[in-house]
Amino acid sequence: MMKYSVFSLIKQALNGHQGWPMAWRNPEPKKHYDVIIVGGGGHGLATAFYLAKNHGIKNVAVVEKGWIGGGNTGRNTTIVRSNYMPDENAHFYEWSLKLWHQLSEELNYNVMFSPRGVLNLAHTEGQRDALFRRGNRMRLNGIDCEWLTREEIARAVPHLDCSDTPRFPIIGGLIQRRGGTARHDAVAWGFARAASNLGVDIIQNCEVQGFVREGNRIVGVETSTGRLSAGRVGIAVAGNSGRVAGMAGLKLPIETHVLQAFVSEPLKPIIDTVVTYGAGHFYVSQSDKGELVMGGDLDFYPSYGQKGNLPIVEEAITAGLQMFPILSRVRMLRQWGGVMDMSMDGSPIISKTPIDNLYLNAGWCYGGFKATPGSGWVFAHTIANDAPHAFNQGHTLERFANGKVIDDKGAGPTPQWH
Amino acid sequence: MQLFNCPFCGPRDQSEFTYVREAAPVPALDASQATWQAYVYDRDNPRGPHREWWHHNHGCRQILELVRDTLTHEVSSIDAARGSQVTK
Repeated sequence: MMKYSVFSLIKQALNGHQGWPMAWRNPEPKKHYDVIIVGGGGHGLATAFYLAKNHGIKNVAVVEKGWIGGGNTGRNTTIVRSNYMPDENAHFYEWSLKLWHQLSEELNYNVMFSPRGVLNLAHTEGQRDALFRRGNRMRLNGIDCEWLTREEIARAVPHLDCSDTPRFPIIGGLIQRRGGTARHDAVAWGFARAASNLGVDIIQNCEVQGFVREGNRIVGVETSTGRLSAGRVGIAVAGNSGRVAGMAGLKLPIETHVLQAFVSEPLKPIIDTVVTYGAGHFYVSQSDKGELVMGGDLDFYPSYGQKGNLPIVEEAITAGLQMFPILSRVRMLRQWGGVMDMSMDGSPIISKTPIDNLYLNAGWCYGGFKATPGSGWVFAHTIANDAPHAFNQGHTLERFANGKVIDDKGAGPTPQWH
Repeated sequence: MQLFNCPFCGPRDQSEFTYVREAAPVPALDASQATWQAYVYDRDNPRGPHREWWHHNHGCRQILELVRDTLTHEVSSIDAARGSQVTK
């Protein structure tokens, strides 16, 4: 693999950029792998990378039904943060955030991580108290956050309407300055390239259609291009977890919902942080190309169609205009939908399963992107050691049966409300 | 925008309705913990036709049972949800 550096850039520039090699290999599948990861999204690729790097397990395949970067990894609003309350989630996401801060160096690939801060607004005294509580719990877990008054917010985000005019005036907000955004495609490509460089086989256009079992043990996968034998198999196919786990006879505490996102035409820099609305559900940041990247609520019904309905578009944009009246004449460039694994307590499942040698990484709800490096780190540990890492000990599949749910929002077993 | 043909109110905008959950037989009160756990938490979550309960909360306020395709969003049947079978 060619190392990317200023020297390689100069050398290739002098050659008219004709000498750049493929970023990752495109190998013929072997007959047997020590570990097969089902799903070539960010989580699957990160898992393969850390299996090779942290655990020395290099005979690994990542099997992807489509192409790298074509799933949810390339369909999100790229927000990275760790402002969680329950200890299990706080430690896990904080570890993930720490990995983000050095990810470009680790992968030798610019994932354009930008710690520009994530600001959650409060519009009522009740919300203010809830954010104080969240902030206090974050600080007790050693995670940074800061309360900003309305005046401080008005200075930090000049176009935000901080007057008394809106129906729900802003009274303050909680900011996590170490949070921010990253370039989503680059995360998939960077992990794919780094994993491939360590010997991982990335097999695209190859759909897993079943599992090969011996008794209660998984020994391989059936794919659209033939059978692959495996020592251990990890599932990382958020959005389709129920379908893939169903092939192994598992029924999951997950419903698949569609979440839409929107991108505006490119504008000059006007928002240099991530801002989330508190009186509804809306979040916005500005990409390096100048486009405003926006998201809102789920459509609130189960869907595998990667498309949404108009009422949610209207609701999200209404909230956005309440925050930023300056945007009223901005045009939308595009809109799309991604399929979310909505779990029954709003927290992910990174776990062993009742079937030997089968491991599950699922249930990422709205927030799988930010977890990408941390998820790969602990899932690789779980597969390599057949036991969870300290940071995913609580994220088991059994927690729903034994009452140890990790319910950050307190919404109960209604996946669409998390 | 999608229309749901409510058996009581006629064709109405989907935004009048709220999805409740996957339709499933409600366990008896003295059913085992495992049965209740499966009812409360586990889902078939199919990609295709899905039997589910919706609440017409901005209309007749009845709970309806739909068969709706989760890939195409096409509704193939809609009726009042009645007499959920109780299992032990």
